[in-house]
Parts: sequence; C-alpha cells; structure tokens
Amino acid sequence: MALEKPYKNIPGTTIFDAEQSRLGYHLNQFCMSLMQAENRARFKADERAYLDEWPMTEEQKQAVLARDLNWCIRLGGNIYFLAKIGATDGKSFQQMAGSMTGMTEEEYRDMMISGGRSVEGNRRLGEDGTAQAHRQPQGRAGQKEGTA
Amino acid sequence: MARITASVYTSHVPAIGAALDLGKSGEPYWQKVFSGYEFSKQWLRDNTPDVIFLVYNDHANAFSLELIPTFAIGCAAEFAIADEGWGPRPVPAVKGHPELAAHIAQSVIQDDFDLTIVNKMPVDHGLTVPLSLMCGQPPADKFEWPCPVIPFAVNVVQYPVPSGRRCYNLGRAIRKAVESFDAPLKVQVWGTGGMSHQLQGPRAGLINREFDAAFLDQLIAAPAVLAQKPHIDYVREAGSEGIELVMWLIARGAMNDTLPRVAHRFYHVPASNTAVGHLILENT
Repeated sequence: MALEKPYKNIPGTTIFDAEQSRLGYHLNQFCMSLMQAENRARFKADERAYLDEWPMTEEQKQAVLARDLNWCIRLGGNIYFLAKIGATDGKSFQQMAGSMTGMTEEEYRDMMISGGRSVEGNRRLGEDGTAQAHRQPQGRAGQKEGTA
Repeated sequence: MARITASVYTSHVPAIGAALDLGKSGEPYWQKVFSGYEFSKQWLRDNTPDVIFLVYNDHANAFSLELIPTFAIGCAAEFAIADEGWGPRPVPAVKGHPELAAHIAQSVIQDDFDLTIVNKMPVDHGLTVPLSLMCGQPPADKFEWPCPVIPFAVNVVQYPVPSGRRCYNLGRAIRKAVESFDAPLKVQVWGTGGMSHQLQGPRAGLINREFDAAFLDQLIAAPAVLAQKPHIDYVREAGSEGIELVMWLIARGAMNDTLPRVAHRFYHVPASNTAVGHLILENT
C-alpha cells in the first residue's frame, strides 16, 4: 500500500522526504564536500572533472553545472545541501531562494520587504497564486506572457 | 533539585549572524530585527541561568546524509563552531554541561524517547544565532557565552520530521529529567527556528502573518492543542521550512502546566527570507 503524501499537492514545493533523499544522496554528498576549502578550489578549477568523481547521474551533473536549483531539487537535492554550491559561488540564501522563482534579485528582495509571498492561491495545486505552474517565471521575466 | 525557570523562542536565520559578524546591525533593514532583542539582552543579563538547553536544527553541517538522527543530545564538554562554507562565525566555542546532559539522556531514553548521544559535534547558525541575539557579542577580554549550553539537535531537514505532539511530550520528559537532577541549577529551555518561511521552489518567500500570530497565541495559552497540529498544516500554511516550528513545542512542553508569564513578544517580517518571531515565557 502506498504511503500517504498529502504534501504532493502543494504548488512550487518539493518536500525532501526519504524517497527524494534516496534519489539525491550522491548529489547532496557532493555538495557537502564543498564545505572544505581545498575541494571548493578543485571544483572551481574544473567543475566537470570534480563532478565526475561522484557517482551522480549525468542529469544531476548537468543541473549543477547549470546552477538550476529547481532542477537540482527535482533530482533529489535539498536546499541546505545545495546552499554549499551557493556559498562556493558567493551567493546568499536570499539570492539562491530568489533564483528559483524567476524573479530578479531586486524583485525578490522587494517582495520580501513588502511582507513576502502570500499564501492565498498557493495552498493547493490548481489555484491561481503566484507559485502555481502556469504563473512561472515570476517577475518581469514572466510579463511578456501577459500575466499580471 | 534543578528547575526550569523560563523558555525562550526565536528564529535562527543565518543572515542575522552574517549581519552581526559583518557589522551591518546598524543598518535600517537590520535595526528593525535587532530592536526586538534589546529587551531580551537585558532580560538575560538579569536572569542568567546556570544552563541553557538549546533546541535547534543542524543545517547539513554536523550531519550529512550519512547519518540523520531525529533527536541528538550534545553531551560533550565543548562544541566547536561549524564552518558552513563561509568560515566559522567569530563567536566563542560553546561550553557544554556533560553531567546534566548525561542525566537528561538517561532519564528521557527511559521515558521511551530514543535520543542519539553525541560527544563530538560542531554547532551551526541554528544554535549560535539565538545565542548572539540574546547575549550580544561577548567582549574580547571575556570571550565566552554567559553559561554552559546543552545543544539538542532535531531533524527537521529530511521528512518525516517528528510530530508536534511528539516534540511537546518530549519537552515534558525533559522537564521531568531536569527536576530530578540533584543540584540547585536554574535551567532555561530555548526553542528555535521558524517562523513562516520557504527557501525552495517557485513558492520560495512564502510568509503567513496570520498563521504566525495564531501560533504564538496558542503556544502561550493552549500548547497541548497546538501540539495536535499535523505536519501538512505547517507546510501548507507556513512554508516547507516553517516546519521548524515543531521545535518550539519541545521548549513549551518543558514549562510548568500552569499559564506562564509572557515577559516579551516580538514579530517582524522579513529577515532575509523569513518571518522573525520571538517570545520569552517565565514559569510563575
């Protein structure tokens, strides 16, 4: 019998459960290795070669090289581990979180200063809040689609 | 006998530590956060305990995916400050209280809570940011925290995390353990993390003031009811990282059954991605 996972119907959200953790084990352990300065230096010198030392899937390596955090998370990455890549790149948590919304750094920062993202319309899939799939990307990047 | 005198609740946003360490605390953005802790620093000077039992979570620093303890009690004499990738925060190492920690472990495990005993563990911003907020930066000529600290790390990174109900009952078991320790120690229990925030996905940046206000009200007045709140309510209403709030229920469970005195209450949005909440409750 399948386990109940009620969090699967929250938009724009991937819960890091035991299944995601299993998928992302080597990806997250690679991230953990970046806590050591000598590993950060080797990664920066040749990202592809460093990634090839880890038994990650090719897609996981591509997601890291692209710095696409949403993609990394789909493949089992967890934000606290992925933050080690951000630290290596000199990015703050706010810059990393913002990068997953499609907003510019300034747009995301302004949203937070204005009180953050509303939960209205963002509780369940199928509503019309800003985190829903049909509203991506957010900010000016999405405006050419005509969404307001 | 030892007794629990008060509990403190606060968010532990890493950017708060960075703002303090980089000398940005006077900037208007940060001043709004730190103003909420001016009372608290004086309160802690006036009410310095003998030991702080500090409930927090590790953020992939002490624990990788090699080992994921649900509840880990730090029983060492000293805990190093973790290097989270930016270098360790320039704050004092944390002195533990091995005798009380071992006593609590012995008592709580016999009460059916399976703690992991940890004798070597670097502590990250989850533990050091609350200390900085409440104590300020210790002076160079007396570079130490005001009292020993027992780190108590809870897994809130990989689901399933412990339920609010389990956390609340664990707090009650910790109270019983402290009250059976044969030394006249004043102990504070701190619960940290939260409040509403989400750090991942297109829903990043979620804040829910109504949820947070109701949580604070219920934590004060009806914690046993609040403890029944299921995980999904935290995640849906307060964001995927808002689940950290279950840790506040451990501290609340450690308080007496009578209504506590609210010494201080503060709430501010934002610090980086997060709603900052802060309470001080005293046993009467």
